[in-house]
Amino acid sequence: MITIEALHKKFGETPVLKGVDLRVERGEVICLIGPSGSGKSTLLRCINGLERYDDGIVEVLGTPVDRDKKSIHEIRTQVSMVFQRFNLFPHRSVLENVMEGPLHVQKRPLAQVREEAQALLDKVGLGHRGDAYPQQLSGGQQQRVAIARALAMKPKAILFDEPTSALDPELVGEVLKVMRNLAAEGMTMVVVTHEMGFAREVADKVCFLHDGRLVESGPPEQVLGAPEHPRTREFLRRILDSGDAP
Amino acid sequence: MSFDTIASYMPLLLQGALVTVQVTALSFVISTLLGLLLALMTVSKVAPVALAGRSIVNVIRGLPIIVQLFYIYFVLPEFGIDLTAFQAGVIGLGVAYSAYQAENFRAGIEAIDPGQVEAAESLGMKSAKVMRRVVLPQALRIALPPYGNTLVMMLKDSSLVSTITVAEMTRQGQLIAASTFDNLTVYTLVALLYLALSLPLTFMLRRVEKRFAIGGKR
Repeated sequence: MITIEALHKKFGETPVLKGVDLRVERGEVICLIGPSGSGKSTLLRCINGLERYDDGIVEVLGTPVDRDKKSIHEIRTQVSMVFQRFNLFPHRSVLENVMEGPLHVQKRPLAQVREEAQALLDKVGLGHRGDAYPQQLSGGQQQRVAIARALAMKPKAILFDEPTSALDPELVGEVLKVMRNLAAEGMTMVVVTHEMGFAREVADKVCFLHDGRLVESGPPEQVLGAPEHPRTREFLRRILDSGDAP
Repeated sequence: MSFDTIASYMPLLLQGALVTVQVTALSFVISTLLGLLLALMTVSKVAPVALAGRSIVNVIRGLPIIVQLFYIYFVLPEFGIDLTAFQAGVIGLGVAYSAYQAENFRAGIEAIDPGQVEAAESLGMKSAKVMRRVVLPQALRIALPPYGNTLVMMLKDSSLVSTITVAEMTRQGQLIAASTFDNLTVYTLVALLYLALSLPLTFMLRRVEKRFAIGGKR
């Protein structure tokens, strides 16, 4: 579904991706892990064209991703995104946030969109907060609305960019629970995360990035349980030391 | 300063006040539309468009309003563009203030979190729709306080069009004062009438700001 080959990307003169290959199949949950600055968020943002890349191939459903081509808008309706800082629209109510894409981009009929948006809010446990404004919600609630907004596009895949990193620790669980449910329903997901417990439990494949390269990837029990690469081991040890892991 | 003299001055002054309101309202509309256009130009990703927008704003801001009024009223007729004093005043004030409006709007647009644009883009919106549905509604709320300020300033600066013979309130005051030499009464009345217009306006704008605050009661 998503094909990335020999992806190179520089910010100015600084290379951030130095030849990354990644394939995401339909229904797969892939977790991208790695230290900050390793390029995992940039890699994710190349998939829906929020970043330009310098060299290599990024294809979604067979279409090359190029943010300067018209096809990018179609790609983005197929691949939704959930951001670290939620990025809900503060001038629209929760329900309007969820309806925005289907109503104003996909131009689907209002009654149907409203019904679906309400169902999605119910699904993330916020069916009763449709009339609230985003800033009246907790971070965890806002992120759940953001996930509902992404789902409302009926995407083929969802990209998550550190979806729990901006949350207070006690709010992380409610967001991960929603994501777990999505994975169980077969949604294709690419997740940049520091939540090793989530990766271990939900991911089909864990990819460890270091310094712009995909150092190690495979099933979670292998990459997280018995990492082969010394960089991976060092990273996991540091995460364990900080008490972030389960 | 007797009641009779005041009563005899009031009809002309109130006529002038009506023209003041008309000039202010019309030039405010022009400055808003032109200012929005200039603001959208200055934030454009197309470099020549942005440069053109910035240049126009800088030229307009660099000229005294009175010179712009004189130019439109006295110079344009030499190029075959004949405007009445009222038309020249409205257009002149509208154009002169469009630069300030453009700066208000630009500041509002640039205050929007880039994450908002990314969220809109990732829903598949094209750039015009991102601007219309996500950036501008938030930017205009941010720009509302300076926007209201500009309206109050335009109400007062509409007195400048008296210099090109538009019979607004200041001009009417000048005419009455010149014929009666009763400067004290006339200009006190003119000042009070300006306050009678600007103070309620300021109060009203405060209410509007509150109402349109994000998450405010609608």
